[in-house]
Amino acid sequence: MLLIPCPNCGPRDETEFHYGGQAHVPYPENPNELSDTEWSRYLFYRENPKGIFAERWVHSTGCRQWFNMLRDTVSYDIQAIYPMGTPRPDSSSRATPATGTASTAPDSTTTGTAGPSTSTTSTLTTTAPEGATK
Amino acid sequence: MAETAASPAAAKTPADKNLAARVSPARQLAEAFAAGSLAGAVEIAEVPFLTMVGLRADAGSDAAARLAGVTGGLPAQCGGVVGNGDTSVLWLGPSEFLVVAPTEAHESLGGDLIQALRDALGGDAGQVVDLSANRTTFELTGPRARAVLEKGCSLDLHPRVFKAGTAFSTEIANIPAVLWKTGEESFRIFPRASFAEFLGRWLLDAMREYASPEVP
Repeated sequence: MLLIPCPNCGPRDETEFHYGGQAHVPYPENPNELSDTEWSRYLFYRENPKGIFAERWVHSTGCRQWFNMLRDTVSYDIQAIYPMGTPRPDSSSRATPATGTASTAPDSTTTGTAGPSTSTTSTLTTTAPEGATK
Repeated sequence: MAETAASPAAAKTPADKNLAARVSPARQLAEAFAAGSLAGAVEIAEVPFLTMVGLRADAGSDAAARLAGVTGGLPAQCGGVVGNGDTSVLWLGPSEFLVVAPTEAHESLGGDLIQALRDALGGDAGQVVDLSANRTTFELTGPRARAVLEKGCSLDLHPRVFKAGTAFSTEIANIPAVLWKTGEESFRIFPRASFAEFLGRWLLDAMREYASPEVP
């Protein structure tokens, strides 16, 4: 079990928290102008890095406040806790999530269209999420 | 009120009748609590119908200052409890507090605490919500009370860390509850009403070992 240092309450068991998914996913400026593909990219497509991951957590049975966390998805090492709305702090392995998966192992399941950069990836994969749209 | 003066034998005000008709969330465990309590080791009892009010106001705002004026202060950090006579304010979050007051403070029994808090908040951003029926109160006392709680609570309950007069919102027996250390060997636990029977039975089970003689 993780021991998560809540910024308000101090270290508490992981069971007191709920996970909020990837942090820093901006709501689109003009949702009505997005294609279904771009909208589905915003809604459903998230990074799955092997390494440092910025994610949101809420201390649901404590102070009920949200916060951001930098966590290593391999070692579960918690590298930083920072408030909602603040930019991601620099970390030594900052480059890892930017390239999607850092793994070159043959068992890697990700294909290389990394990250939530909707504008570039959506044009390339217009046929991909057919099942997601109607 | 006039009819009570006319028949003092009955001595039933509408408030008394109101209270007599209520059933507390762990009423069905009252006999089990009495049977499971061990004087000199650990005792448990339900304290029903305490008045509880949820407050939300940003720290430092005028509304928070006015609410603090009614309650006698608002705690500033995690674990904080501000007491003023028999009314206490527990810290639940940076802008969220729980007022715990005696049963008589509730407006259905003629108390004016909740209305005073509502007036203090006025039209400002924030909340004053009557939460008296949201949670019930268990009082766990005795030299073994800490050992009982340690079976299901991952906080450090050692007296050098967990001081009397602090309260934490945490998990006990895997359910969310507020744990308030009111004295060196006395704790108040606030489970939600729907969890009261579960937590009551869990605590009774955790207390059972102290009924038997210690095995050397």
